[in-house]
Amino acid sequence: MIKRRTLLAASAALGLVMGGTAFAQDVPKIGFVYVGPVNDGGWSQHHHESAMQMKEHFGDAIEVIEQESVPEGADAERVLTQMALSGADLIFTTSFGYMDPTINVAEKFPDVKFEHATGYKTADNVSAYSARFYEGRAITGYLAGAMSETNKIGYIGSFPIPEVIRGINSSYLHAKQANPDVEIAVVWLNTWFDPAKEADATQALLDQGADVVLAHTDSTAPLAVLEKAGAYGFGQAADMAEYKPTPRISSIIDDWAPYYIERVQAVLDGTWESHNTWQGIGDGMVGIGEFTGPIPEDVLAHVTQMKDDIASGAYHPFTGPINKQDGSAWLAEGEVADDGTLAGMNFYVEGVSGSIPN
Amino acid sequence: MDPVLLVASIMVSATPILLAAIGELVTEKSGVLNLGVEGMMITGAVMGFAIAVSTGSPLLGFLGAAVASAVLSLSFGLLTQYLLSNQVATGLGLTLVGLGLSALIGSNYEGQRAPNLPKLDIPVLSDIPVLGRMLFSHDFVVYLSLALVVAVWAFLKYTRAGLILRAVGEDHESAHALGYKVVRVRMAAIAFGGACAGLGGAYVSLVRVPQWTEGMTAGAGWIALAIVVFSSWRPLGVLVGAYLFGGVTVIQLNLQAAGTTVPVELLSMSPYLITILVLVVISARGAHGAPGSLGRPFHASS
Repeated sequence: MIKRRTLLAASAALGLVMGGTAFAQDVPKIGFVYVGPVNDGGWSQHHHESAMQMKEHFGDAIEVIEQESVPEGADAERVLTQMALSGADLIFTTSFGYMDPTINVAEKFPDVKFEHATGYKTADNVSAYSARFYEGRAITGYLAGAMSETNKIGYIGSFPIPEVIRGINSSYLHAKQANPDVEIAVVWLNTWFDPAKEADATQALLDQGADVVLAHTDSTAPLAVLEKAGAYGFGQAADMAEYKPTPRISSIIDDWAPYYIERVQAVLDGTWESHNTWQGIGDGMVGIGEFTGPIPEDVLAHVTQMKDDIASGAYHPFTGPINKQDGSAWLAEGEVADDGTLAGMNFYVEGVSGSIPN
Repeated sequence: MDPVLLVASIMVSATPILLAAIGELVTEKSGVLNLGVEGMMITGAVMGFAIAVSTGSPLLGFLGAAVASAVLSLSFGLLTQYLLSNQVATGLGLTLVGLGLSALIGSNYEGQRAPNLPKLDIPVLSDIPVLGRMLFSHDFVVYLSLALVVAVWAFLKYTRAGLILRAVGEDHESAHALGYKVVRVRMAAIAFGGACAGLGGAYVSLVRVPQWTEGMTAGAGWIALAIVVFSSWRPLGVLVGAYLFGGVTVIQLNLQAAGTTVPVELLSMSPYLITILVLVVISARGAHGAPGSLGRPFHASS
């Protein structure tokens, strides 16, 4: 008898504990998946910091779970499934290569909501969100063209995806505005994060005569090399203020926090709906870091004006006339690129040499 | 494309893997397979960076990196030589430990800058046109790595101690029967391998990149392991292998930057293709050159 009573008491206690966990689970769980370590100094760190700001905003009303250094591909699918199984209500997948894994996992968990960064596929429970980085690239590209003395600027590409190609085109078009003789050299690394490779690529670009290098990868390694060489570069995804005033002369800063707060609020209110959003300098999702270093007055005035014009919508970085690389017409005089073409951009504009890898 | 800058870049790019590979060669020559090169390199990278930043001396950084990685490798030695754990599993464990440990130690050093390691312009030689800039105006670690290759080659080929080390690696039973201290020789070889891997790692964080970022060696340790096989356990082969791997990486990037139309994928793939080819040739010849007792556990009682 005693035994049975103990058993009863034990199961009652167990029930309480279970009830307790169930109660804890009532707080929405928000998941974040990052492609690099959360202290990479760039892309992943900024997503993480934005997530922390969001957490601070909501306090105990939500719970945040994070997973860093998740490779794109099959492993991502495993991690996402794990997160969905552990009770996440909303999962932010913060790298382009998570697009298909996100869609696949979302299909299996219709009650879990997903937000995928920088992709283009959506579903009933998958939103896509991205920033118009090309607006920032217009400004850093103009600066690169203006600051180059060798008339050669370098661009470190990660993967040949539309976002990166847009960045190359926007950088080149505006570098050319500042300096009609400028050439752009592109190096593809096929990785988002590999400091040694990023450093080698920067060195290769310098060896080939470039004196300003724009990076589309996540670490601060290119800036470290540029500093040694006395060349210029830009903060990418984060301000990278530790390299002020040179080699970093400005930066493109991603600010995800307002968006994260808005979307988590929507989940709390029960008003979350799938959408595809693309915000730029005007909305505050793309920030331009302080201009530092020996930038001439007139250049400074020009980029400041350009930033305001892009923010207000008075100027679109892809305004015709622009030809494609092969010389065929893309945008006529005064014509502005539509979002559809930009989102799927898979061609260089006239003047960029080399071909895009498959 | 400027060949002077190209060769100089290749030398810088090849140095970390050359250091790690020459250390691993000695370890494997003694009959121990240590798959933890990546973990020891990244530990060297973080310790070298931390010490160089704290003391302001890159030299002390390199020294500290070598010591730290040697100590780490001795934990591998203790497990595999005295407690007879499986070398493959323990080596993989060492890599994981190194990656985690370095992330922990390094978290305070993110975003800091390393003191500059001055280039060592060798007098007279560095004034030679073209060759001087290409070969004789690097930092001391580049020369150290080359000197180590020659030293290891001479040690293994011409010294009595080198002969004993090779004997232990070829057949530990016979070496033991002859009265050589198999375990002690192996512990020394493991520590040497660790110290070299540490130097290689520190070269990445202090010279090549120069900064600390988590996971920054990004697989260089595995390439070093491949190079040892590629060389069929010969020091000069290690030199060729390391410069080939380093060279292809740098040439590939330079070709891209110069705007040539050679497919990038083909170039990135080429060192691995060559490794496979070399392995095929070696096995077709029948003599692979691997030490006879490589990876086998040894206990004096057996």
